[in-house]
Amino acid sequence: MSSTSTDHMDAPSDGIMRAADGTPLKKSLARALRREKLRSFLLILPLLAFIILSFLMPIADMLFRSVENGIVKETIPQTVALLKTWDPTTGEAPGEEVFAAFHEDFVKAYKDKSHTRLGLRLNYDEPGMSGLFRKTGRKVAKMEPPYKDAFIKVDKDWGKVETWAVIKRASPVLTDGYFLSALDAKRTSNGIEMLPEKERIYLFLFKRTMILSIVITVSCLLLGYPIAYLLANLPLRTSNMLMILVLLPFWTSLLVRTSAWKVLLQQQGVINDFLVWIGVIDDANRLIMINNQTGTIIAMTHILLPFMILPLFSVMKTISPSYVRAAKSLGANDWTAFWRVYFPQSVPGIGAGAILVFILSIGYYITPELVGGTSGIFISNRIAYHISTSLNWGLAAALGTILLALVMLLFYVYDKIVGIDNVKLG
Amino acid sequence: MSENRGAAVRYESVQKSYDGENLVVKDLNLDIARGEFLTMLGPSGSGKTTCLMMLAGFEPATHGEIFLNDRPINNVPPHKRGIGMVFQNYALFPHMSVAENLAFPLQVRGMDKSEQQAKVKRALEMVELGTFGSRRPAQLSGGQQQRVAVARALVFDPELVLMDEPLGALDKQLREQMQYEIKHIHDNLGVTIVYVTHDQTEALTMSDRVAVFNDGVIQQLSSPDALYESPQNSFVAQFIGENNKLNGRVTAVDGSECVVEVPGGISLKADAVNISGVGSKTTLSLRPERVELQPEKEMDNMIDGKVEELIYLGDHIRVRMNVAGNREFVVKVRNRGERRQIAEGDTVKIGWAASDCKALDAVA
Ligand SMILES: Nc1ncnc2c1ncn2[C@@H]1O[C@H](COP(=O)(O)OP(=O)(O)OP(=O)(O)O)[C@@H](O)[C@H]1O
Ligand SMILES: [Mg+2]
Repeated sequence: MSSTSTDHMDAPSDGIMRAADGTPLKKSLARALRREKLRSFLLILPLLAFIILSFLMPIADMLFRSVENGIVKETIPQTVALLKTWDPTTGEAPGEEVFAAFHEDFVKAYKDKSHTRLGLRLNYDEPGMSGLFRKTGRKVAKMEPPYKDAFIKVDKDWGKVETWAVIKRASPVLTDGYFLSALDAKRTSNGIEMLPEKERIYLFLFKRTMILSIVITVSCLLLGYPIAYLLANLPLRTSNMLMILVLLPFWTSLLVRTSAWKVLLQQQGVINDFLVWIGVIDDANRLIMINNQTGTIIAMTHILLPFMILPLFSVMKTISPSYVRAAKSLGANDWTAFWRVYFPQSVPGIGAGAILVFILSIGYYITPELVGGTSGIFISNRIAYHISTSLNWGLAAALGTILLALVMLLFYVYDKIVGIDNVKLG
Repeated sequence: MSENRGAAVRYESVQKSYDGENLVVKDLNLDIARGEFLTMLGPSGSGKTTCLMMLAGFEPATHGEIFLNDRPINNVPPHKRGIGMVFQNYALFPHMSVAENLAFPLQVRGMDKSEQQAKVKRALEMVELGTFGSRRPAQLSGGQQQRVAVARALVFDPELVLMDEPLGALDKQLREQMQYEIKHIHDNLGVTIVYVTHDQTEALTMSDRVAVFNDGVIQQLSSPDALYESPQNSFVAQFIGENNKLNGRVTAVDGSECVVEVPGGISLKADAVNISGVGSKTTLSLRPERVELQPEKEMDNMIDGKVEELIYLGDHIRVRMNVAGNREFVVKVRNRGERRQIAEGDTVKIGWAASDCKALDAVA
């Protein structure tokens, strides 16, 4: 602090700029800005709260559910504690001590019926567990010691090492089991193993989702690019009219549009009728265009097309026609002028459109469900199945998490190759 | 078919309409000689860019024919015309470096790499941007971009270069410097340049000939000095430089001279340039610096005027007067140092020579 406190306007000895009242300039500036910051914070507060509640928390919950596994430890706590010291590799089932604890746990669980939930959970790891638990539940109350023999009398499986190994493996509070199932693998006593070829579905579905999404993105690009080009280069009045046509699909419900494709594409549908009528195909060989991948690709391309056209259009709108003119005056023919001069400048629009369409399509669910049949469904349809039908939320969460990771990975790769700065929405 | 062979560019009765209702260019006939610097000058919307675009091939002529070296080019696509062009916003390709921009016309012509490099280097040196080859256009200042645009239009050695208001975006000082440089390049390379501007100073200082456009018609085509000294009609007189106009009626014609009566019953002698005989209406055009204030010797025209306003401008003094009912009559008096005893409100004598006063077509 300078000794003469009155001359605080002069450069003070400590090198800190000060306001007229002697407070450091930085501090008084911060104070002046605080009100403003508070105000803008209050303005975004409702949205922030909404996003936290409806977006961030569900994602966090999903991430947690994909590894959460408290149920075993909560339902049979004493058994889990004792199983810690049991080593399945000895090849012998646990001793009477464990069975006694298990009996006590089981009786409690039977009272509040939580044993069926546990059975269901263990069934994910080893088919048959659910039935075993239900069957045992009915008789557990009347059991007499020694409990080991009593259990084995109810079902021989209780005497098998593998049964207890499954319970022991499922005991930890966190599990990688859901993720392993989501990747068509499972943990056995020999470590992690892939499922037999025939039972694998999720990897295959992930791959199909990716491939179909790429096909859909590419078809949107091929169909959308010329349209966007036309819209960007027509006089304003005409292009506004056409733009309304592009947006027209948004005016009707997604379900209506998808169902319309059913009418058009089915074997007795409009398109097949027409093709038969003009004689391109004969009546016996009507094309199968619905309830398969073709149906999914056609309907999804249609639905996602505007998301490709809009960013392309807004980027193309900013490309001055004088660039192409300049290229031509410099001796480039129409194609060279387009390819070397116009197209590179439209790449940011392609990037934005492609990312938008790809990400929307990778998580799409209604359309594949309605027109995809079995060969045209996506991974999201499986997720929906596990959430609403099989009630295996852990697996659904693991699948969702993998999907999320996949999208982020693609983003990362895209950023490395194209550069995220190269994405423009207008 | 063309009796005037050897012209680099020839417009023959060219008309252009965009909407089928209005003619934007009306019956344009224009010969541009090889190596000439011709400027199209005119107010906004007068059809200059349209004429240039028809020559470059980006707009078809509605009627008439354009010849390039005596070859009709109406059906030749733009990229086969071999015309260099500098656009108003430069149109440098933003995704290419400066060197790539310059190499572009050479690449599309299939020139081999080493020759390309040599030419690009030479062109960059010509515009004094030798070290800027690897930069993107966005990393250059306006003036530098402009130079690159000029270099790009010249790098493939076109015989004809079109420039559409190439200096419009630059500040005054840079504009003057670039005017000089473009002129310099023109003198060195001997290319034909067709230049569009609506800045008359630019047109007058750079051009061999200036075509003054208005309303789709060339009002006058002549050298810069002739444009200023002997305008052919009131539009040109008004548009080029400063000009006093006096409306009147022709009372007598005697060869190239005529007598015009202006309001207040005053008769003035004038050069009969563009009048249609005794009794017709006319507008006299007179440059402010050709008027003498309080002339010492007798002059062709001597009348009284009332001083309305004096503006001191350093090297000269502008005197705004009320002369024959025109309150916007301006006289420029050179500042010779001696104090002139005139004040606002004085009535003083002014005079000018008959040859400096042009009788032109009447304007309202
Ligand atoms: N593409 C077009 N479609 C319709 N009308 C046009 C078009 N381009 C120009 N015009 C009209 O033609 C007339 C002449 O335009 P032009 O661009 O040739 O003027 P200009 O002399 O270059 O003007 P400026 O000095 O403002 O550039 C104007 O009235 C303009 O509105
Ligand atoms: Mg123009």
